[in-house]
Amino acid sequence: MIHAEGLTKRFGSLTAVDQITLDVGDGEVFGFLGPNGAGKTTTVRMLAALISRTSGRAEVAGYELGSEADELKIRERIGVLPDNVGLYDSTSAYQNLEYFGRLHRMDPTALRTNIERLLGMMDLWEKKDLPVSTFSKGMKQKVAIARALVHDPVLLFLDEPTANLDPEAAKMVREVILELKKENRTIFLNTHNLDEAQRICDRVGILRTRLLAVGPVETLRSGFARKRTAVRLERTSEALVAAVKQRLRTDGVEVSGDRLLVDVDDPARENPEIAEAVVAAGGRILELSQVSPSLEEVYLKLVHEETALP
Amino acid sequence: MRFSQAWLIARHDIGIFRHRSGVMGPLIGLPLFVGIGFPVLVDYIVRSNGTAGLGTYLPGLIDAFSFWFVIGAATLPTAIAAYAIVGEKVEKSLEPLLSTPTTDGEILLGKTLAAFVPTVLAIWAGSALFQGLIDAATRGALGYLLYPNGEMVVILFALVPLVSLYAIELCVLVSSRVTDARSAQQYASITFVPLIFLYVAGEIGFTLDTTHLLYIAAGFVVLVLALFQVSRRTFHREEILTQWK
Repeated sequence: MIHAEGLTKRFGSLTAVDQITLDVGDGEVFGFLGPNGAGKTTTVRMLAALISRTSGRAEVAGYELGSEADELKIRERIGVLPDNVGLYDSTSAYQNLEYFGRLHRMDPTALRTNIERLLGMMDLWEKKDLPVSTFSKGMKQKVAIARALVHDPVLLFLDEPTANLDPEAAKMVREVILELKKENRTIFLNTHNLDEAQRICDRVGILRTRLLAVGPVETLRSGFARKRTAVRLERTSEALVAAVKQRLRTDGVEVSGDRLLVDVDDPARENPEIAEAVVAAGGRILELSQVSPSLEEVYLKLVHEETALP
Repeated sequence: MRFSQAWLIARHDIGIFRHRSGVMGPLIGLPLFVGIGFPVLVDYIVRSNGTAGLGTYLPGLIDAFSFWFVIGAATLPTAIAAYAIVGEKVEKSLEPLLSTPTTDGEILLGKTLAAFVPTVLAIWAGSALFQGLIDAATRGALGYLLYPNGEMVVILFALVPLVSLYAIELCVLVSSRVTDARSAQQYASITFVPLIFLYVAGEIGFTLDTTHLLYIAAGFVVLVLALFQVSRRTFHREEILTQWK
């Protein structure tokens, strides 16, 4: 659905997006993570044919970025939720959707059917004739998502869909995205909410001007952050930690509550040795498990390493 | 360029500003004021002075009044254009609009039509009232119908549309540099300046006859075409998203 090669955007001397190469498949939910100013919105704007690229190439929804005719085709086939909802407050939810459906030159009957289906899905059908100005932030965000979907796009770009929403409204919007995922829609989700990305996305890319990593969340978690084994003990002590360190010949042991956390490279080989070392040091093991690093750890590691680069 | 896309945008914008008193007030008020207020004044002059000597100064006075329709064409569309462009920029609804399969030219044409069509229609309606009432008030005193005449035809069908387009294009240029609709309107009021000169010229004896009005219209054609080129460059998708304040 998306194929980008060396996509770059410069504003004068500032490089906003540097040499991005990525693929997003049909029906995939792809999360684009990065701190503020990392280039996420610029990337979406390039892929959505809203701004030009400085170099590189990209094919979106079957059309190549570059010519005005193809870019019109791209905008026909995609839906975009910008980081600001940008609704017409004085008009109703129905009128907002109707206007955008007509701009996409939809057949009036299909448009009515789509609006009814989408507002129904968003639990807003009963309020369809109320001015949008009377809606809460979460409801407005849902109308904006419906607007991006009104013409049945094959690809949906969502730019920070839960930013600035209270937890309840954010949950409401996440549920809508999960519904869309069930419908097998291709979604490109810009977010800096790692929990959201972890729960919703099939794959994520971590961006800080350059694409630092890309892959399924699990692969990133196992590939970019240290693996650790957690040993829950009846009781911990400094002496026990020192003895375990000495026996395993490592400094990678720390205490967290009633658990010892031990850095490992190969858990299958090292876990029996860890258990032996703890028992030999006088510890009583209640539980031994593998600790999966969170996406947050992977993200922070990559983003901070990138910051440290010259 | 698909006119249907532009017209869809224009109709939508017109539907929105229909409910805004700040736009509708002047749009209805100014043509009504000129269309009824000035003929009432002329009627008062005719009734209080009798018919003696009216034929020498009344037509000139009335022509000066009719120039107010040109001034209206310069001021009225700026309120609409300021909302249609800066208002949307402020409310952040331009980006979703730019994300649709509509070209920059179609959006710009739509915004221009939204400001142009109501302005010209309101002025034409006001001028119909003006001409009818002036004829009714002066026919007895002058012995002939003052309107319609060549000057009014040039004013209504050449100057009013051209000055209106000139004002809208200036508003587009200003829109990229201001952050609220009121400022856009204030900056765009410079459209008024050349018209003040023309008005004063008329008042101090320079005859604004059909030929002179056609020359002025030709000047506005050049101005409108030049400004169109600049406003097309300013109203560019990438400029709007990355450069506009």
